[in-house]
Amino acid sequence: MTRHIEIRKNTYLDSVSLMSMSTKANAVEGVTQALLGMATPMNKEVLANVGVDDPSVDEARPSDLMIVIDAADDALEAAIAAVDGILARKDKKAADAREVRYRTLDGAFQEAPDANLVIISVNGAFAAREARKALNAGKNVMIFSDNVSVEDELALKNLAHEKGLIVMGPDCGTAIINGTGLAFANAVRRGSIGIVGASGTGSQEVSVRIHDFGGGVSQLIGTGGRDLSTEIGGISMIDGIRALDADPETSVIVIISKPPAEDVATKVLEVAGQASKPVFVTFLGSDRTESGFDNVTMVTAGTKPLAIAAVVASGIDESTLDKHPLNIPLIEEVRAKLAPEQKYVRGLFCGGTLCDESMFAALAKYDNVYSNIQKDPAYRIGAMDESREHTFLDMGDDDFTNGRPHPMIDPSLRLQRIVEEAKDPSVGVIAMDFVLGFGAHDDPVGVTIPAITEAKSIAAERGHHLEILGYVLGTDLDTPAIGEQIAQLEAAGVTIASSSTNLGLLAREFVAKGDN
Amino acid sequence: MSVNDLFSANLKPVNLGLDMFADDLKKQGVEPVLMDWTPPGGGDPDVIAALSRLEDPAVAERIDAANQVALDRILSSQPFLEGFGQAIDTVPGMTAKTILHAGPPIEFTRMSGPMKGAVTGALVFEGLAKNIDEAFELAASGEITFSPCHEHQSVGSMAGVTSASMWVHKVTNRTHGNTAFTNLSEQLSKILRFGANDQSVIDRLNWMRDVFGPILSAAMSLNEDGLDLRLMLSQALHMGDEAHNRNVAGTTLLIQALAPYILETDFTTKEKREVFDFVASSDYFSGPTWMVAAKASMDAANGVENSTIVTTMARNGVDFGIRVAGTGGQWFTGPAQEVIGPMFAGYTREDSGLDMGDSAITETFGIGGFAMAAAPAIVALVGGTVDEAMGYSRTMNAITTGNNPNITIPALDFMGVPSGIDVRKVMETGILPVINTAIAHKEPGIGMIGAGIMHPPVEAFQKALRALADTVKP
Repeated sequence: MTRHIEIRKNTYLDSVSLMSMSTKANAVEGVTQALLGMATPMNKEVLANVGVDDPSVDEARPSDLMIVIDAADDALEAAIAAVDGILARKDKKAADAREVRYRTLDGAFQEAPDANLVIISVNGAFAAREARKALNAGKNVMIFSDNVSVEDELALKNLAHEKGLIVMGPDCGTAIINGTGLAFANAVRRGSIGIVGASGTGSQEVSVRIHDFGGGVSQLIGTGGRDLSTEIGGISMIDGIRALDADPETSVIVIISKPPAEDVATKVLEVAGQASKPVFVTFLGSDRTESGFDNVTMVTAGTKPLAIAAVVASGIDESTLDKHPLNIPLIEEVRAKLAPEQKYVRGLFCGGTLCDESMFAALAKYDNVYSNIQKDPAYRIGAMDESREHTFLDMGDDDFTNGRPHPMIDPSLRLQRIVEEAKDPSVGVIAMDFVLGFGAHDDPVGVTIPAITEAKSIAAERGHHLEILGYVLGTDLDTPAIGEQIAQLEAAGVTIASSSTNLGLLAREFVAKGDN
Repeated sequence: MSVNDLFSANLKPVNLGLDMFADDLKKQGVEPVLMDWTPPGGGDPDVIAALSRLEDPAVAERIDAANQVALDRILSSQPFLEGFGQAIDTVPGMTAKTILHAGPPIEFTRMSGPMKGAVTGALVFEGLAKNIDEAFELAASGEITFSPCHEHQSVGSMAGVTSASMWVHKVTNRTHGNTAFTNLSEQLSKILRFGANDQSVIDRLNWMRDVFGPILSAAMSLNEDGLDLRLMLSQALHMGDEAHNRNVAGTTLLIQALAPYILETDFTTKEKREVFDFVASSDYFSGPTWMVAAKASMDAANGVENSTIVTTMARNGVDFGIRVAGTGGQWFTGPAQEVIGPMFAGYTREDSGLDMGDSAITETFGIGGFAMAAAPAIVALVGGTVDEAMGYSRTMNAITTGNNPNITIPALDFMGVPSGIDVRKVMETGILPVINTAIAHKEPGIGMIGAGIMHPPVEAFQKALRALADTVKP
């Protein structure tokens, strides 16, 4: 331990600065004590109290700066230099002008009165209150947050309806308003097809496929998954349909929803029936095939896919479309590679509706399809459960995302699961979606390739071929673009499906054995 | 804006939440309005429910009107220094065995180290105990009446300990007629109000009782007009004080106003010289004066029905308490916080006592931390930059009802100091008032060891908001 005592003659620093500098000097590596002070009687007394006894201190005058540093022998020189650095402080004014941020919506609206939409992604416990403020201020709202109560959702949507505004959400993952993608959305061409969707990735997929077929999207209005429940009664969907009907830029309306409540489905179809434009409707998992209205077409497994129907109605010649038919020779080829015991499909999905769509394809052929989003409790499994037989997991569902980011952003949980599923010798196919676009991971394929490679080699060590089947939801305008992502997958030996339904169909056929 | 109007307008989104959504909007050429949002009410569901009740448009309108009345009363206040007197003769409810202290009510056993140090020192000073040990026994015996300064129209800095024979300022709010009191500055460091209590402290208190107080009192009795403290305070801010931690200009102005009268008193030149030397020994002489000016102004807003404006923020070293115009004398408390800031040489954070004193009346009024931008010379106190000091003052606009046109900050284009802290706004924004203050050693008998800034505990505001939700008429 060495003590360094230095008196700087006629050097004035105000006491407040000195206190601040002392605090910093004491934090310097190797310093056990650093005292900086003007040589006032009070400060001299302080030094005496801590055992500093030196004639130079006695002689110092109040206009002199006293520096006392106790430090480890080998650290003293560095400590003095560091303290010198603190004393020789420069005006390091923050050059970059800070961006303006507001603490409250009221404050934001005051400064930006032309704000016309509020995107809310704060904790669901607080989202309703902020949404109410926005609506009361005459702003449209998109609520990305989940965990908003049914009562709040109903009250907010009624309030919005009264005011001629729209509430997208809660739990609304996607929207495209005036050509701008909000939250999770793909870069798609603008056009004349308006979408109202009570399903996030389902709406995204329709928009992407419309783009793929050469069409364009006027608006994509998300409603949140619960909008078509009996409690909410489809308020946002109905207001959305009416808004698109009144929108001169929209010529065709597309409706897509997860399984709706029957009474609400009827009500929604009635509103669609009043529209002056052709309306194409997909209610996933619904048995309805007839809408009862001339302008409203129900799109089901047995009809033309939604995107094709809409694109054709919007004026694009059907004969120009590349409809990506199922590749029958490919199915035969994969079947031949799989061993007899490889009977099952494991679907690991980021997108809830993508999972749903693929699962419906499997369910059309098999009974033993397990999922965390299965309606039948006998076939429901949780996030912690091991997969069994055919399993389709929506890894974006709450039981997977509790306390962690959505797999579209952070795929780590899915990466582990890919490897786990490969260890099961009864698995023939692992089916996966890759969602591109705004809000999503910036290289969802790249981050997954190592897990895919590992999974394949685990199967290979057993002497099995493991078929990895991928569907990339994205467009050529997305960053990264879909072509680049597909090329990466193909290089890793992954088979590509052209839609999520296609993914489900291929997967189920790959593992179908001779008697099927 | 209806949905169809939205379709035909330029999209102008507000992004409340995940920043990545804002980044994606920017990538698409849309400039989002950015938010720096925190959960209202500190995230407490009861508090949010209370806040929502107060947000009912009819209720909010009633509160806004009441707050305007309260703010007008505060801003129109004209605190005048009328004179000095001994507490026993002056302060309402004072007795020979009463000890006033800072902050919300507290019994002796719960008091912090420095407050105990101050109380016992005062008992020795008053001759009620022969020494500090005896004073500890007496303080715990139940014979002494402890009471908050604030409940006696008074404020006291740090421990706030005020005993019968101490001299106090007498300040009258000439607009509203109420009077407020506070004791005299002991200056800084090893002094009673920081918990020091050795013989040097008692000797100084004796001199203040026998010479300092009487001279100031005699001087002011020669000044029939009184001193316009609001005017002087306003000047002090223009000269670079924020009138809580920095009082250089204010002290100069005050002693300059007092000096001619001091010279005219019958005291000896030596005694007068002692007074001037004492005032010159630290910049803090006028500190209590601004506190009592603020107290006299804030008391004018007490009892304004339905008002959510904070009229008191005070701490006793254990609890931080606030009182609100619409809920009368009721205290809402939370734990006293640690003050973060530079320390005198030789001391560390481990030595510091928790936040203490009635001096936060200055921030309650709108000066001190709220006027940091007026005092760039002390930004080092908060380890910060001048820009940050400007930011503190601007930010306080988000939780206050208005600005004081009589007390302005030149560097902010003469913005009036943010005034009238609104409990609702504090809870909604999550922005807590910023308070400049000093740090006492946690043990009795030592004194001041540093200074810095702190924020009140959120609990005090949560409790106040819940009470307001029950109090304000629906």
